[in-house]
Amino acid sequence: MNTYCADLHIHTVLSPCGDLEMSPGNIVEKAAEKRLDIIAVTDHNHTGHARLTRELGARKGIWVVYGAEINTREEVHCLTFFDTDEQLSAFQLEMEQNFVQIPNDSSLFGCQVIVDEQEQIVEEVSHSLYPGLNWSIGEAAGVVHDLGGLFVPAHVDRPMNGLYTQLGFFPGDLEADAVEISRHTSRKAAEREHPELKKYMLIQNSDAHFIDDIGRAGNRYMMKSRKFSEFRMALKGEQGRSVIDL
Amino acid sequence: MTTEQIVITLGLKVYTAGDMTNQEVTGGYVSDLLSDVMGHAREGEVWITLQSHANVVAIASLKELAAILLVKGVEPDKAVVDKAEEEGITLLGTVEDTFTITGRLFQLLSKE
Repeated sequence: MNTYCADLHIHTVLSPCGDLEMSPGNIVEKAAEKRLDIIAVTDHNHTGHARLTRELGARKGIWVVYGAEINTREEVHCLTFFDTDEQLSAFQLEMEQNFVQIPNDSSLFGCQVIVDEQEQIVEEVSHSLYPGLNWSIGEAAGVVHDLGGLFVPAHVDRPMNGLYTQLGFFPGDLEADAVEISRHTSRKAAEREHPELKKYMLIQNSDAHFIDDIGRAGNRYMMKSRKFSEFRMALKGEQGRSVIDL
Repeated sequence: MTTEQIVITLGLKVYTAGDMTNQEVTGGYVSDLLSDVMGHAREGEVWITLQSHANVVAIASLKELAAILLVKGVEPDKAVVDKAEEEGITLLGTVEDTFTITGRLFQLLSKE
């Protein structure tokens, strides 16, 4: 078994709240400097920087998991992870059919731009990426799983857009593959407060919006290799794969 | 005033009746954060919300609320209606927004 350091919750400049410095190029540079083996860029309700980040990551020996941080109808933030280009495209399309069409006012909320390797803007996403998609949390999990992806409620302990604030308690029928807790708590403390979390692998990530935050939290993934099937097993704690603290 | 009298006066839609004929309404609570409702709503209150996740039914049951009132024409899923039926919870709806329906309910309860 090998050990890989991972930070799987990073926002790029495409997220309205993501700092302007958060280009795929800069993120990969910083991840390499922090000696991360695996990262994921998880923008709000959009996957527009996933491919470029994967391409740039590969040149530095970093495996980039495709993903997004989606907002559900209940305004619960959830991480989603995908393996292939086909899954990523299909998921982007599903999200586009379920956006609430509110124009983004970049002066109030920040810009939502997709850049290329040279950091030139190639697209500005015009509708706001903040509002919840037209999916309940259960429907969202269903869409992600139907496409072969992984579904992880994000920073569940956080008072803003965390599962516990929005939903009061963990729905017994929610098909979560793992659960993310914020970097402001610990696995022990989270399990003490919410004993039902013991049945899930708990992961922690930086939720970086600024370049220096990358790698401030993360986990070590114990797996045979950096493949999505291995990643899935690690999140589920199957066949000796696991996730441990940094 | 019973939940049923409120339903008739305000013209509310009834998804599940529960015990609305006998339930006395003591007040109302307005919040879309379920953790807040769990912490602060009191027995006998009508809970006005736009959240329609199945967890609302469990919370209404736990807190012994008089009813859940979904605003803006939000339609609960069948699973949610079934759960409310099973738990004996009164699940109501209105096309009005939270501000309007809360104002009307407040006026109605203030007359008592």
